[in-house]
Amino acid sequence: MNEICEVSGQSSGRTIDVVHASLIRRRRAEKRFRLYGLVSIVLGLCFVAILFASIIARGYTAFQQTSIGLDVYFDPELIDPEGRRDPVTLMEGDYDRLLKNTLSSMFPDVKARQEKGALYRLLSSAASYDLRDQVLANPELIGKIVRVWVPADDDIDMFVKGQLPRTGAEGERRIKDLQVAWIDKLEAEGRIEKSFNTAFFTSGDSREPELAGIWGAVMGSLFTLLVTLSLSLPIGMAAAIYLEEFAPRNRWTDFIEVNINNLAAVPSIVFGLLGLAVFINFFGLPRSSPLVGGLVLSLMTLPVIIIAGRSALKAVPPSVREAALGVGASSMQTVFHHVLPLAVPGMMTGAIIGMARALGESAPLLMIGMVAFIVDIPRGVLEPATVLPVQIYLWADSPERAFVERTSAAIIVLLVFLIFMNGLAVYIRKRFERRW
Amino acid sequence: MQKSTLLFLLVLLSAAAYHLGRRRSLQIAGGTVRNLHSLPSYYGYFAALWCGFPALLVLFLWIAFENSIVIQLVLSSLPKELTSASADRLGLLINDIRNIASGAVTGEPDPAIKAAAKHYLSLKETSNRLLSLLAISIAITGAAYARQRISQEFRARNQVEKSVTIFLIGCSTLAIFTTIGIVLSVLFESIRFFKEVPITEFLFGLNWSPQMAIRQDQVGSSGAFGAVPLFLGTLLISAIAMVVAVPIGLLSAIYLSEYAGPKFRAAAKPLLEILAGIPTVVYGFFAALVVAPFVRDLGVRFGLDVSSESALAAGLVMGIMIIPFVSSLSDDFINAVPQSLRDGAYALGATQSETIRQVIIPAALPGIVGGVLLAISRAIGETMIVVMAAGLTANLTVNPLAAVTTVTTQIVTLLVGDQEFDSPKTLAAFALGLVLFLVTLALNVIALHVVRKYREQYE
Repeated sequence: MNEICEVSGQSSGRTIDVVHASLIRRRRAEKRFRLYGLVSIVLGLCFVAILFASIIARGYTAFQQTSIGLDVYFDPELIDPEGRRDPVTLMEGDYDRLLKNTLSSMFPDVKARQEKGALYRLLSSAASYDLRDQVLANPELIGKIVRVWVPADDDIDMFVKGQLPRTGAEGERRIKDLQVAWIDKLEAEGRIEKSFNTAFFTSGDSREPELAGIWGAVMGSLFTLLVTLSLSLPIGMAAAIYLEEFAPRNRWTDFIEVNINNLAAVPSIVFGLLGLAVFINFFGLPRSSPLVGGLVLSLMTLPVIIIAGRSALKAVPPSVREAALGVGASSMQTVFHHVLPLAVPGMMTGAIIGMARALGESAPLLMIGMVAFIVDIPRGVLEPATVLPVQIYLWADSPERAFVERTSAAIIVLLVFLIFMNGLAVYIRKRFERRW
Repeated sequence: MQKSTLLFLLVLLSAAAYHLGRRRSLQIAGGTVRNLHSLPSYYGYFAALWCGFPALLVLFLWIAFENSIVIQLVLSSLPKELTSASADRLGLLINDIRNIASGAVTGEPDPAIKAAAKHYLSLKETSNRLLSLLAISIAITGAAYARQRISQEFRARNQVEKSVTIFLIGCSTLAIFTTIGIVLSVLFESIRFFKEVPITEFLFGLNWSPQMAIRQDQVGSSGAFGAVPLFLGTLLISAIAMVVAVPIGLLSAIYLSEYAGPKFRAAAKPLLEILAGIPTVVYGFFAALVVAPFVRDLGVRFGLDVSSESALAAGLVMGIMIIPFVSSLSDDFINAVPQSLRDGAYALGATQSETIRQVIIPAALPGIVGGVLLAISRAIGETMIVVMAAGLTANLTVNPLAAVTTVTTQIVTLLVGDQEFDSPKTLAAFALGLVLFLVTLALNVIALHVVRKYREQYE
């Protein structure tokens, strides 16, 4: 408004004209400013949309897996030469040969060694285990010809899903012309089918994309979060209660508060260094275990839970406390019988948000060795495990084309978990929130 | 007895002690609660505490020290020539003994080791028996002691409340212990690092190549641990992130709090906050797979030489991640500006944007600056995005199109994978961690101080 005063100080024209003239400019500036704000919000929303769209577009195909239908002759010579249906013998049968024989009989004109190799590579390297499991479950199959659906190799899977090129210089393609012809033939015979990818949800990690699943990581995340929750929730609630209800205002409590606020802003990777130096090197806890991961994450989420818990306690009106004290309750009884029950929904909301953050955290877990390649599904907090975000990191580093789709699918699963947890927090807040 | 069974048993015993204590108090009072100092349940809690707490303490201490003591005993029983080996060999030996004891035998083990494994198992067995006996007898003694103390005048409530207070205080001091733990853990390893590499060289050296240092075996003189390129790379990426996040975050906060209608605000705000809830590993994947190729293609179209791991891509995505952080903090501070200031400006004839630019922003500036400082500290400490999307080689450059590496990326690459714990390579990670901790701590302290001062101003 300085300019206006200066302009009106000049003698030319009436003040009102000057104001009118400047008004147009000022209104334009107003509109412009408003537009900047709108544009930045739209930009932010666009980023959200692009992020989700790019991940879903890349990942949704991973929920299907291509399998190939083969008419396998369960040759007794190969899998049960003694004819006794003994499980030990059946375990050691040459199921690989069964598959190879089947493929050779389907494509009799494939003779050259290299071509045969390419033909066998249509199938996943785990296809023979599938056959073995089927025979073990149902020995009646032996000696019969049965149509069996086995998983296709990851490159074939990608090709069928249209993510690998059909045409172009053959040298640059993962799928050669010969394989394209075979696939076309199989497809024409109705032997190629896309079905729901159960392996993705039920198996552990694997070097073969078509076998890799997230179940191991999900269990690892579950155990880690269990440790985190069982430590950080009681400790965080206790700390919040003390600081909000009992602590005298002095230097000591100020110091504690400064510490909590600082810890909330310390980079997560530093907590990983702490876990490595203290829990693993000093206390000798097992590396890569959900126990150590949970300890580190609970130290990280503790400030979140304490801060949320304190604001929940602060929201309980003093009249509740005064009434309880007035009828003769001790201060401890006041807090535990009257204040705390009213603050619990707010504390739970904070705890769930803290857990959601812990679920998505990966940097500190890299430090304590949860990045190992682990095939087995963990069954306890002391066994080596990995967690969902770290699994995503590991897969994102893998060169195979098929892992891109699986990484995106794992991200979708992780986001679904997070949306569910945050939705729960919002629900609890809406359902139990009391305005005083 | 298994330790989990023992734990369960102790809990059961405490529950029994609760009932005993409660019953005893009622018995003493002759059935009328009025004769007691405290409510009967407090006598129960008192008994349960005396029963459970000392026994649990013993249990946890036992678990903490059992392994090392058993291993020492086993080692002392081994023949001299086996135990005189170096620390590494000794560790392997201990592992062997444990593996054999747990039944995972590979090959035909040395008879001495086999005997040691047997000894180990029997010691474990004895230790478990001793622990069970000790813990249960302590629990029963505690309960008996508590029962004997119960009388009509006994102030059980005060005793119980005192122990609860001690527990609460203990929990709230954990934050301090965590900070101390962080400081000590990075400090000790860093001091060991600075014994091998002078601190001035680490802070001011221009050349960073930790892999070379091990091979050439000339750590001190090779100049491979100069961290300046890392600091510069971190600053470059954080600066790009801030250039993205601060204007977008601030303007959207202004729009949402000053212009937007309640419906638009209710829809847009949570949508924008989704960005804050997305795990950083997802951002990393997004940066490496979508943004980095996009930036490179764009650069190629304009005839620029863009690295596939350009600082620009990582910084852009990091900026997107920080937008909601900046916007929600600024939103708080803008809303904290009293309405009277706005009304005053409107009364003088200012338009809304003039009010915002010349009254509200200056009034909220300290808070916004504090928020931006917090955002910078978050950008500096962000790990997954840069690990997945930024480069690994240390380049001393401020060109946003080139690949740079950051402090956090180097910490991860130095510590993930095979570790030799005494090599300067792994110790360097802790030195970097110390720098990271100190810098973010300083930023946080300043920011929190500024924010606090600002809040007080308008309260």
